[in-house]
Amino acid sequence: MTRKQRRLYFVLLGMLALGAAVALVLTAISDSLVYFYSPTDIVTQRIPEGRRMRIGGLVEADSVKKDGKTVTFTVTDVTNALPVVYSGILPDLFREGQGVVVEGRMDKGVFAATEVLAKHDENYMPKEVADALKKSGQWNDGKSK
Amino acid sequence: MIAEIGHFALVLALCVAMVQATVPLIGAARGRASWMAVAGAASALQFLFIAVAFAALTNAFVTSDFSVMNVAQNSHTDKPLLYKVAGVWGNHEGSLLLWITILALFGFAVTLFGGNLPPGLKARALAVQAMIAVGFLLFILLTSNPFARVEPPPFNGSGLNPMLQDPGLAFHPPMLYLGYVGFSMAFSFAIAALLEGRVDAAWARWVRPWTLAAWVFLTGGIILGSWWAYYTLGWGGWWYWDPVENASFMPWLAGTALLHSAVVVEKRDALKSWTILLAIVAFGLSLLGTFLVRSGVLTSVHAFATDPARGVFILLLLVLAVGGSFALYAVRAPAMKMGGLFSPISREGSLLLNNVLMATGAATVLLGTLYPLIADALNLGKVSVGPPFFNAVFLPLMAPMVVVMAIGPMMAWKRGDLPGVLSRLKFVGAAALGVAMLVWFLQGGSSGPWWTGAGFALAVWLGLGTLVDLADRTRLIQAPAEAWGRAARLPRSFWGMVLAHLGVAVFIVGLTASSAWTTEHIQTQKIGETVMVGGFGVTLKSVDEVPGPNYTASRGSFEISRGGTVIDVMQPEKRTYRQPPRPTTTAAIRSGFLGDLYVVIGDPDPGKGGHVTRLYFNPCIPWLWAGALLLVIGGLISLADRRHRVGAPTRAGAVRGAKA
Repeated sequence: MTRKQRRLYFVLLGMLALGAAVALVLTAISDSLVYFYSPTDIVTQRIPEGRRMRIGGLVEADSVKKDGKTVTFTVTDVTNALPVVYSGILPDLFREGQGVVVEGRMDKGVFAATEVLAKHDENYMPKEVADALKKSGQWNDGKSK
Repeated sequence: MIAEIGHFALVLALCVAMVQATVPLIGAARGRASWMAVAGAASALQFLFIAVAFAALTNAFVTSDFSVMNVAQNSHTDKPLLYKVAGVWGNHEGSLLLWITILALFGFAVTLFGGNLPPGLKARALAVQAMIAVGFLLFILLTSNPFARVEPPPFNGSGLNPMLQDPGLAFHPPMLYLGYVGFSMAFSFAIAALLEGRVDAAWARWVRPWTLAAWVFLTGGIILGSWWAYYTLGWGGWWYWDPVENASFMPWLAGTALLHSAVVVEKRDALKSWTILLAIVAFGLSLLGTFLVRSGVLTSVHAFATDPARGVFILLLLVLAVGGSFALYAVRAPAMKMGGLFSPISREGSLLLNNVLMATGAATVLLGTLYPLIADALNLGKVSVGPPFFNAVFLPLMAPMVVVMAIGPMMAWKRGDLPGVLSRLKFVGAAALGVAMLVWFLQGGSSGPWWTGAGFALAVWLGLGTLVDLADRTRLIQAPAEAWGRAARLPRSFWGMVLAHLGVAVFIVGLTASSAWTTEHIQTQKIGETVMVGGFGVTLKSVDEVPGPNYTASRGSFEISRGGTVIDVMQPEKRTYRQPPRPTTTAAIRSGFLGDLYVVIGDPDPGKGGHVTRLYFNPCIPWLWAGALLLVIGGLISLADRRHRVGAPTRAGAVRGAKA
């Protein structure tokens, strides 16, 4: 193999791997991207039901109702609120008045959550939630507590 | 007072690091031996000062000195001693101090063990190491001083996040950092080699063991973190493709590629500039990982409270380090000529293929991890990229790599005999196909996912293929009597490779089975009620309040029965800590060869009575840990190979003599 052929081989190999990766990424990305919305987005924009998404905001006080393994609660960005239903054990840091991010689908006006995201730190506000709260004018200077 | 000594020691360390970053470099450029020799003393002094600072912070935590803000915010007198010590790095400032301590330790190790390194290379590498130290010391001193005081001191601290009060905290971060920072060695030597304009077999022999050591630690650190998440989060999962998990996984991929390409540099004097590039990328990704974790730009379970100034500083460091090295690389790398021929069908050819796939895999993980940031910056909306993306993109790229992994080691250097190798592997291929069909049949055809058969086939192909190679080399079939003697004479690096590749095969079994066949049961269970999970009967017997050192736990007692006879009692807990008052989950896990029974107790259900419980049967989870353990053991055995010690620092020509 001459130097030129060798270089050609390296370049082709790299292109092949990269091409495969690009093809895989393009086929996967449209199905697996999960968009984030605030309750206001859900109410004001027409977002198709059945698409996987995340919503975030604060868990409204006195909204958590447990019935066996089924939990219902309301996620709010203060301007608008959205009822959520979830089946399972809530993460340890889930609490009323705290920020939360839930993943799932809209189903007849109710958000059916498949996942409620856990956080390591209670002072920590998910960035998306902070931004959503800022947008609705309900943000107190980064000190969420 | 001790805290001030710690702070002062950090400032001194910064001064020493500044000297170490400049004087030896100038010395190396002008060929002055005495200037170059400064590096050795400086690295020892720098390590000493940083160790003093680390000891000072540890002292503040152990004695609960709440006049130090960091201690007041993250500790409490109630805490067991283990978590007072481990709590040193359970927060932003302390974890950075640990980072820099390990960096200084590695720098000192070069001085200690690099006695017969070429002086120019050693001086330059230590200078680069010191530049990294300067950056991080400045970062600590300017934005994250762990020794800041608080006036007046509180009577007690606010406590350590209960989630972190686990033995995992004592081992996971230090191991992970030893891995992250360990790649700084390969990086420093890569930059030094670029400055020198020379990369040869001796360079690779010196870099290989350090990369291997870092890789062993990183592997251990990642899997420990994964195990910790598995038993503590109560979700029954062990990997979430969380940004921070990816942040540790990307350097691992680049490091694994580097490990393999360094072999090619050593044996064949080829792929030199590629190896240098990988060394830069591996450490660059480690820095990126530090940035992602420390800046909180991504929503992740690991992010501490965020401070924009810190994020900007690390980003600046990242840009300087990576940008600077890439610029240097662009200027100097073209000068590096590879020697000899290079055939695609050969050992080095298959190693290259492995490298390309690994690098592509790392690139897709990088894209998926950073995509939310890119989309946000371009106003494409707020998105998150979750497991479906990574599973659909990363795993298909790794499948061909596993196929090549069985073939590569059987190929000869320079010119491999692909048809010959394939004919040696034909029974392995048949076995893999057979297992795939068996798995398909056992799971009831298409009632399970389609890829389970493929996963098991890959595991069998790699595992058996590796064993066939071992059997051939020891002539186990032809001359079984002498096989043992032959096996003992095989180099340790070969045994390391065999164990690590077997580890990957075992890991794939765990990965496939646990992703495909996990069963989950969530329900309200009354006392005395039995739920069947994975062939086990799980009966809730009682729930009791149990006091712990700084928490109270409601502990469920579950009787486990199989075929009507009681075989075990499992006791998961839900703990509520006193300071800070927060609940955590401790799952009870009963591991077996076929899988884990995983029991979590939740809140009581006031309406109907009983408790919410979450029961899983996770097939083959122990295989994951076993596979990772094999990887680590393989790495350690390879590290013990005498060639790494004997022949390491000698330049070309002399190498052959040292081998004998």
